[in-house]
Amino acid sequence: MSDPVRTISLAHVARPQPPSALSNALVFGWRAILKFRHVPEQLFDLVMTPIMFTLLFTFIFGGALAGSPTGYLQWFIPGILVQTVVFNTVYSGMGLSTDLSKGLFDRFRTLPIWSLAPFAGLMVGDILRHLIAGAIILAIGLILGYRPEAGLPGVVGSFLLLFAIGFGWGWIFIVLGLLVRTPMTVMTLGFTVLFPVTFASNIMVDPATMPGWLQSIVEVNPVSLMTTALRGLMAGTATAAEIGRALIAPVLLTLLLAPLTLWLYRRKQ
Amino acid sequence: MTDLAIDVRGLQRHFGKVKAVAGIDLAVARGQIFAVLGPNGAGKTTLLRMLATLLPPTDGSATVVGHDLAREAEAVRGKIAMTGQFASLDEDLTGRENLIMLARLWGFGRRQARERARALLADFDLADAATRQVKDYSGGMRRRLDIAASLIVTPELLFLDEPTTGLDPNARAGVWRLIRGLAASGVTILLTTQYLEEADQLADRIAVIDHGRKIAEGTSRELKAQTGSGVLQVVPAAAGEAEAALAVLGEGAQYSAEGGRISLPVTGAAEARARLAALEAAGIEVAEFSLGSPSLDEVFFALTGKPLEEEEAAA
Repeated sequence: MSDPVRTISLAHVARPQPPSALSNALVFGWRAILKFRHVPEQLFDLVMTPIMFTLLFTFIFGGALAGSPTGYLQWFIPGILVQTVVFNTVYSGMGLSTDLSKGLFDRFRTLPIWSLAPFAGLMVGDILRHLIAGAIILAIGLILGYRPEAGLPGVVGSFLLLFAIGFGWGWIFIVLGLLVRTPMTVMTLGFTVLFPVTFASNIMVDPATMPGWLQSIVEVNPVSLMTTALRGLMAGTATAAEIGRALIAPVLLTLLLAPLTLWLYRRKQ
Repeated sequence: MTDLAIDVRGLQRHFGKVKAVAGIDLAVARGQIFAVLGPNGAGKTTLLRMLATLLPPTDGSATVVGHDLAREAEAVRGKIAMTGQFASLDEDLTGRENLIMLARLWGFGRRQARERARALLADFDLADAATRQVKDYSGGMRRRLDIAASLIVTPELLFLDEPTTGLDPNARAGVWRLIRGLAASGVTILLTTQYLEEADQLADRIAVIDHGRKIAEGTSRELKAQTGSGVLQVVPAAAGEAEAALAVLGEGAQYSAEGGRISLPVTGAAEARARLAALEAAGIEVAEFSLGSPSLDEVFFALTGKPLEEEEAAA
């Protein structure tokens, strides 16, 4: 082994101009992209679950629920898009928990950078995940016969809404990631909450056949509100009120949990 | 005042009822290698994390590289770097990508960041592993990369939390060389260790910490002097004469079957000479003798009344 001492003692490197908050956030985004390249397995998880759900529900339940699999697709595709985005947000919480348990965040926290930059970076990774998973589901849907009546503008609008939904819900798991030490626990807790919330909604079926008490829950379930808005956007029939209602939960979550995230992050032992 | 890199007064950190750091004063001069020595659970890491702005103190105050820790944490962060006990690296990324990411976070441009990563990887003998994922690195490589990651911008003050824990002797010697080289280039270094030898080898000054308190501080020599004596070691030429030699040397002499060595605390060279003369007078031939300072192990024992290993087992 060569002796590293001599060379190091020569180099004294001064601090460059402090970078902008945006630049910091983009570096963390770049990290998220590198992760996709180095850990392609995570794409598998990301993509298999929605594909499985789409195929299972369409071909097994589709006929019984909507008369035919193709008929059911029109109902189900916007719903499964919402479910996928909501499920995806668990992964960034898991990633955060992993980083925290490994001490990587200690290094970030001793750097003179914008404190929220690592979280903004997680969000960049999230958006990529939503985009990839969403595109795959939409592609499968189109192959199977799904037709968004509003065409391309409807799809673009839908994806923008999906990003907003993902952004809002992401905070839940970022907070959980900060509180819970093990990534597995984040996942277990996450899905324990998410399964009932996504099933007790209008994603899979029209709530008209549910008992009255459940219908009243489903009606106010944020997931239902989002799904209704997304169906509207895809079909070109969405009203401003529908979109507004879909955004209530993401906006509230952001307002409440972003400051909490910062507070927890700064207190973190 | 400005010649102090760290000036700590009455620093405390409690976790519930546990006082992990129960009031510590510390003054570290610029350019020094300062070692915080203590067993597991003594509060070393907590102390370091507070000084590195990672953990707010419960009580007390500290000035780090000329800035108040509580009010000017951001300014402190611009001048320090910390290498934690567990590699603070992204295991999924390559060594090169880790360094580029950190350089970009510091504000280097794309090309400068790449150049900085290349230079550091070369300096730390990691050029060949540059494009491998960190999870495939050995312990020594990981630690080198971790220290390299702390030097993207040359810090005024570098914190190293147990820099050689878990490393093999070869890798440990490499890290020691690195630390000495850094100190020679003017970086103040505060390191924690539970290895007495490490503190002895590296540090200009040592603070011994136990149960969240500083129980002693000084140079290695000063700490050793605190035990008040040196140690005379004698090996009789004939193994059968050990018994007789013990009798001549009297109270306090201890025979160790390993190496047939007898050791005896003495006040200094004069007493050592007198003892050796007594052995000669008794007709006992001495094959080998030495007069040395007590080891830091013995110092720790003298200060706490407990051997270091026992503490560790209890922690």
